[in-house]
Amino acid sequence: MTTYDRLVDTDHGIVSREIFVSDGIFGEELEKLFSRAWLFVGHESQIAKAGDYFVSRMGGESVILCRDRAKAIHVFLNTCRHRGMKVCRYDEGNTPLFTCPYHHWSYGTDGKLVGVPQQKQLYPDIDRAEWSLIEVPRMVHYKGAIFASWDKDAPEFTAYLGEVRDHLDQVLDCRDGREGGSEVFGGIHKWVIPSNWKFAAENFLGDSYHNPSHRSVDLIGIGPSATAGGEGRRDNEYKGGQHVWVSFPSGHGVHSVWMPDESEFVDTYRDNKIVSDYFRHCYHERQRRLGQKARLLPFTGNLFPNTAYHGRQPRALCVWHPVSATQTEIWRFFLVDRDAPREVKDLLRRFYMRYSGPAGMTEQDDMENWNYATAASRGTIARRYPYNYQQSLGTATDHGIVPGRVSTQMTEESARGFYRAWKGYLNGAGWDELIGRTAYLDAAK
Amino acid sequence: MKIGQMKRDLAYFQLKDEIEEFLYREADLLDRREFGEWLALLADDLHYFMPLRRNVPFGEHAARENTRAGEDISWFDEDKWTLSKRVDQIMTGIHWAEEPLSRICHFVTNIRLLAVRDTEVEVGSRFLIYQNRVETETYLFAGKRTDLLRRPTGQARGLKAHGEGWQIARREITLDQNVLMAKNLTVFF
Repeated sequence: MTTYDRLVDTDHGIVSREIFVSDGIFGEELEKLFSRAWLFVGHESQIAKAGDYFVSRMGGESVILCRDRAKAIHVFLNTCRHRGMKVCRYDEGNTPLFTCPYHHWSYGTDGKLVGVPQQKQLYPDIDRAEWSLIEVPRMVHYKGAIFASWDKDAPEFTAYLGEVRDHLDQVLDCRDGREGGSEVFGGIHKWVIPSNWKFAAENFLGDSYHNPSHRSVDLIGIGPSATAGGEGRRDNEYKGGQHVWVSFPSGHGVHSVWMPDESEFVDTYRDNKIVSDYFRHCYHERQRRLGQKARLLPFTGNLFPNTAYHGRQPRALCVWHPVSATQTEIWRFFLVDRDAPREVKDLLRRFYMRYSGPAGMTEQDDMENWNYATAASRGTIARRYPYNYQQSLGTATDHGIVPGRVSTQMTEESARGFYRAWKGYLNGAGWDELIGRTAYLDAAK
Repeated sequence: MKIGQMKRDLAYFQLKDEIEEFLYREADLLDRREFGEWLALLADDLHYFMPLRRNVPFGEHAARENTRAGEDISWFDEDKWTLSKRVDQIMTGIHWAEEPLSRICHFVTNIRLLAVRDTEVEVGSRFLIYQNRVETETYLFAGKRTDLLRRPTGQARGLKAHGEGWQIARREITLDQNVLMAKNLTVFF
């Protein structure tokens, strides 16, 4: 029995507070988890042209997402091979070269070391090919989203996703059902919160139980139909649907809705007729294109470990970057269909800003809760008492239609699945176990 | 009249004095949590804007340093309706990010009149906002503001001396931070 087996008992729904506050465990997470798992880096729309770059993060480290002169996409560690200085301290832009400010080693946008001052005299024998920028061994471009892993042996991204893919597709695909086609609005929200990154992750993977914490925003009404009389913080597009909470073997968790067959269109975005008509059109197009698959509507989810989404209202990808055991830097990328009309983009943008992020009337209350949950879990006495993850223990089943471990009532099953996966990484498990391949093989025997 | 052309004469300083009084009174309303009275100072067509700030290479600041109003995602790019919702939310008493209420102190300084046209005055200033909440949680927000202030027509002149009668028609807030060093922006700027 390892330390982590003692700290995390998902069979009984017991998780120690240590894993949310311990500096030692945080260091282990960086070593064993963030160095292996697939992490979201950015979106292709941020690097549309050759030479475009966007400085991102993976785990605790700065990386450069860029498109080289041949338009190939790369992800590099943002550090000079000579003395470690960041080769780029801008947030985004376009460049032919990354030149280190310290001793002026220069790298192409393909990562190759192309310039070493006074090379002939000072480094007569250097093999520049060996001193390229450090590139991630694994990178994938999936429907506009770019993910990467530092583990060359990581499974294919789609295998890592497993069947959470159906849910992610509903986030990344066009509102009218066409594949991909989204873009990220200019301006990435970046902010620091005083709490452990896992609080945010588990909030998004299906913690619908915290809904009452948002009562203040529900009372005032800020949704895209608010001025037309719509109540609450968003329009209810899910009327009549079966809410499902789904846990996947790799540790992903989602809250989605399985809509009734031939459900009626629900009029949303009523504040503006052009926008309302647009979404009516999208609804019917999506039904036509996807058929039965259109019945799946995403709500929220978290792809293990730290990429979360809001699927409909609002629509965004969010990354919980680990900074320390008790500090997290959040980056949010707001999504919109690239070819959506201007009125639609404008209304969505305004709704996103008043809903999400540090100025978001909904999310502000989450940040307060994660902040003081972290603070009140640091004490010597507090750390002796684990958290309770027993909600709807043992009620998840195979749904038959929606794959994964499915619960049709609110549950912490996805949180238990998340911490089961977390424990696997911290125990140094192999990929078969981490993505549930062993379970599949066992079941097949 | 535009900045640089505005003569520093008695009329300039009288108007500046009146506007300083108005801005100090506004800050005081916020610090005393008189949110309803504060909302009354905002014009119905208010635009309230705080861009994100990017690190960009020298020479690209004008074009790309700040996110654009009406185009990009910013911290705030909103109207009076949205701000009134923010006030309504605090007044529910269960908006946990401001319940218990923060202790907030607005310092407004470096006030200059940038332009005067008819009933409107463009005013530049700097702000330093201190926020302290719960026990030791503390944030400092420093930056620049450009306000467009408007005196509704037919305003009684007797109110002038106290800086009353003015309304805020536009507020551009330039917060000098890249990654926001605060978990929330529950403060009014």
